[in-house]
Amino acid sequence: MRPFESFEPPAAARVNYLNAQYGIKSWLLTKDHKRIALLYLGSISLFFLIGGLYAMFIRLELLTPQGDLLSSATYNKVFTQHGIIMVFFFLIPSIPATLGNFLVPMMIGAKDLAFPRINLLSWYIYLLGGIVTIYALLAGGVDTGWTFYVPYSTTFSNTYVIATGLGIFINGFSSILTGLNFIVTIHTMRAPGMTWFRMPLFIWSHYATSLIMILGTPVIAITILLLAFERLAQVGIFNPALGGDPILFQHLFWFYSHPAVYIMVLPGMGIISEIIANFSRKNIFGYSFVAFSSLAIAVFGFLVWGHHLFVAGQSVYAGMIFSFLSFAVAIPSAIKVFNWTATLYKGSISYDTPMLYALGFIGLFTVGGMTGLFLASLGTNVHLSDTYFVVGHFHYIMVGGTLLAYLGGLHYWWPKITGRMYPEGWGRFSALVVFIGFNLTFLPQMAVGYMGMPRRYHAYLPEFQVFNVLSTAGASILGVGLLIPLVYLLWSMRYGKRAEPNPWHLPGLEWRTVSPPPTENFVVTPVVTWEAYEFAPPEETEVVGKFKEREGLEDADVVIGGHPPK
Amino acid sequence: MQAPWIPFIPPSASTLSDKVDALYFYLSGVTLFFALLISTVIIFFVIKYRRRSPYEIPRPVAGSHKLETLWSVIPFLIAMTMFLWGAQVYFQMYRSPENAVEVYVVGKQWMWKMQHSTGQREINTLHVPAGRRVKLIMTSEDVIHDLFLPAFRIKSDVLPGRYTTQWFEATKPGTYHLFCAEYCGMNHSGMIGSVIVMNPTEFDDWLAGNAAQQSPVVAGQQLYESLGCASCHGGKGEGGRGPGIVGLFGKQVQLSNGQTVTADEGYIRESIENPQAKIVTGYSPIMPTFQGQVTPEQLIQILSFIKSLQAPGQQAPAAAPQPAQRTQALEQTGNPAVNR
Repeated sequence: MRPFESFEPPAAARVNYLNAQYGIKSWLLTKDHKRIALLYLGSISLFFLIGGLYAMFIRLELLTPQGDLLSSATYNKVFTQHGIIMVFFFLIPSIPATLGNFLVPMMIGAKDLAFPRINLLSWYIYLLGGIVTIYALLAGGVDTGWTFYVPYSTTFSNTYVIATGLGIFINGFSSILTGLNFIVTIHTMRAPGMTWFRMPLFIWSHYATSLIMILGTPVIAITILLLAFERLAQVGIFNPALGGDPILFQHLFWFYSHPAVYIMVLPGMGIISEIIANFSRKNIFGYSFVAFSSLAIAVFGFLVWGHHLFVAGQSVYAGMIFSFLSFAVAIPSAIKVFNWTATLYKGSISYDTPMLYALGFIGLFTVGGMTGLFLASLGTNVHLSDTYFVVGHFHYIMVGGTLLAYLGGLHYWWPKITGRMYPEGWGRFSALVVFIGFNLTFLPQMAVGYMGMPRRYHAYLPEFQVFNVLSTAGASILGVGLLIPLVYLLWSMRYGKRAEPNPWHLPGLEWRTVSPPPTENFVVTPVVTWEAYEFAPPEETEVVGKFKEREGLEDADVVIGGHPPK
Repeated sequence: MQAPWIPFIPPSASTLSDKVDALYFYLSGVTLFFALLISTVIIFFVIKYRRRSPYEIPRPVAGSHKLETLWSVIPFLIAMTMFLWGAQVYFQMYRSPENAVEVYVVGKQWMWKMQHSTGQREINTLHVPAGRRVKLIMTSEDVIHDLFLPAFRIKSDVLPGRYTTQWFEATKPGTYHLFCAEYCGMNHSGMIGSVIVMNPTEFDDWLAGNAAQQSPVVAGQQLYESLGCASCHGGKGEGGRGPGIVGLFGKQVQLSNGQTVTADEGYIRESIENPQAKIVTGYSPIMPTFQGQVTPEQLIQILSFIKSLQAPGQQAPAAAPQPAQRTQALEQTGNPAVNR
C-alpha cells in the first residue's frame, strides 16, 4: 500500500493549534475554527449532561404508574426542559458546530472558515442563548412542552415562557451564522483540484444542512416573536379568544421544526458516509446519489411540516398532500441506506469503534425511518400521534441516528482533534452498551404507544407499567454506555497513545497533515488530484459496473503493495 | 379480525379499529422485512469482507444506475401502497356518517364534559350504544385538548373557538379508555376517563334511567329568549330585523359580499360571537357581539336549538355537510373554522 501524498509540515516545526498559544484569552478570542470547535464541544457536552439529567428524572418518574417522584408541575417542566435543551442546545449544534467546524475547512483544504470572526461570534451567541435559557430554567422553568403550543403557552402557562423563548431566539442566530459560514466556505475556499464531486460526502451533507439553517431558522425566530407579542401584549395572533388561530402557530412552528429534524440528522448521515467508506477502504457506492439525496432531503424537508397536524384540525386534502410528500421524503433516506450497505460489498471492513457506531446507525436509522412511515400514513397516524410511539420513533432518529453518528464521528476524528488515541477496547465495549441500552429504552416505548399510552403523561395506567420499567432499565444501560466514553475520552487527552498524522491510513485531506493540525491546517496549499475515498490509484484497479460482473474476480480483489500502515 | 397471538395490540372495539390494525400489521411487516434485510446483508458483508490483512486495499466498485433506480423505485412503490391505504382509512374516519347519534363534548382543564342530545350529562365518562354510529361534536373552553379513544383507534384535537368532530361505531360492549392526548397543562395525565359501550337496549334503559336534565334544545330555546335573540330573529325563529333561523342549519347562506357559505356549526358560532364577520345579504350589520357572554356549552345549546328548528316538511339535515361542500365553503370564506 503506497502512502498517501502528505501536506504535513516538517517534524521540526510542529507547532499545532493546541500548543500554539496558551492562556484562557487565547481560547476566548481565538479565530481558529478548530479551537472554536472545541469551545462548542465543551459547551454542548455541558448541555447534553443537563438534558440527560432531565431524561433520568423522566425515566425514574415513569418507573411507577403513580406520579410519585415529582409533582405534576415539576414533571411537566422536566420533560419540557429535556426537550428544549436537547433539541436547541445539543442536537441542532451538535455535529455542525463541533465536527463540522473542525472538519469543513480541513476536508476541503482550506486554512479556516470564510468568516473566522463570525464563527467566534456564533459561539458567543450560542453561549448567550444558553445562559438566558439556563436562567429561565433556574428562575422557575417552563412547562409548555418544547413545542410551545398555543394558547397554553400564550395565555395559560404561568412559567418562564418568554425568557426561554428569548434563549431559543438568540440561539437561532448562531445557527444561521454557522450555516452562512459553511456555505460561503464550501463555495469559495476549496483547495485547487477539490471539485464539487471530489468533496467528501460530509461536506455535501453540511452544505445541505446549512441551507436549512439559513432558510428555516428565521421562521422559528418570527414564531417566537409572535408568541411573545401575544403573551406580553395580548395581541390576538394565535389565541381564538383574542381573534387568533391556534393552528397557525402549529404551521409556523413545524415549518421550522420539521426541517430542524434534518438539521439534526443530515450531518450525522455525512459522518456515516465517511466512516462506512473509510473503514471499508472503499469508494462510496453511488457517490452522486448519496450527495444529491442530501440536497433532496433539504428541499423536500421543507414541504412536509403538515404531517404534524393530521389530527389538529387540518383539512383532509391538506392531510393527503402532506402524507404523500412525507412518503416522498423517505426515498432519499432509503437511497442512502442502500448505498451505505452496498459500499460494504467487497470492502476491507475493520471493526474499529467508529465503524461499530456507523453500523449501529444504519440499523437504528432504518427502524427510525420506517417507523416514520407509520406516522406519514394517515390511517395509522390518527391512532399513533401524540402517543409514545412518536416518542420512540423520533428518539430512534435523534439518539439512534444523530447521537450515534456524533459518537462515531468523535471517535473517528479524536486522534486528529486531540493528537491522542482513545482506548480501542473500551470504545468497542461502550458502543455495544449504547446500542443495547438504546434499543431497550425505545423499543418498548413504540410498543406502548400502539397500546395507547399518550405522551407527556406524568401518571399512567398500571397496564402500561411493564413497558416503562423496561424502558427505564434500558435508559440506565444507555446512561452507563454514554458515561464510559466521557471518562476514557477525557483520560485519553492526557494518557492516550500519541496519534500519528494518519492513524487509520485514509486518503481524506484532513489525514494528510499532522495530528493535531497546525493552526493553518496545511503548511502548503494542498492540490487535490484524487477522487473522494480513492484508496488505490486507478491504474491499480479495475472499475466494474455491476455486482454480477464481479463474479470470477475473487482473486484480484486485493491489491497488496507499498508499505504497511502502522 | 384481531389475532390473539399478535402481542401489544389494544382492545379493538369499533368498525374502524380492525381496519387501522390491518394497516398497522402491513406497515409492521414491511418494516420488519426491511430491517431484517438490511441488518442481515450488513452482518453478512461485515463478516465476509472483514479486513484480513492490514495491507489490503479492495478494488473500487463503480456505482450502478440500474441498482440506484431499482432501490429508489421499489421503495417508492411500496410507500405509495402505504400512502393510498392510509388515505383510504383516513377518509372513512373523516367522513361524518348521516343519522349518527350526536354527543357534545367540551374539554376544559382538566375534565371532559359530555352531553347527549337527549340531555343527559356526564363527566369523564361516556355511555354509548354498540352498533350505532356516534358523532362527537367537540370544542374546548380553554387550551387545545385531544380526545383519544385507543380502542376505537381515533383521536382528534379539541380546539377553543372551533368545532371539530369525530365519529365511531362501537362493536363490542365493554369499558374502554378515554385519554386527553394533547398536552394541556398541569393535570394533563389526569384528564382521562372511560367510554362505556352498551347493548342498544341497555343503552336505552340507561338513557331512560338517567333523568334527562334539561335537553340542550330546551336550554338553547331558553337562552334564545333570555339573551334577546327573539327580538330580531323572531319568537319562533321566523326572522325579522335579523335573518330567520328556521331550517337554517346545513343550508347555503348568501352573504352581502356575494359569497355563499354553508351554515354549519362553525358559521353559526361565528355569527353569534362575531356577527360582523359575515352579513347575510339584505340585512344590516346591527347585531351586537355575544363573545364572552355565552359559554362554549351554552353555544352548543343554542346550536342544538337552531338545529331543531326545521322548516315544515324539511328533512332533518345531514348531521354535517359533506366534506366536498365544506371544503368549498372553506375556499369561499377562507374561514378555517370548518374542519373534520
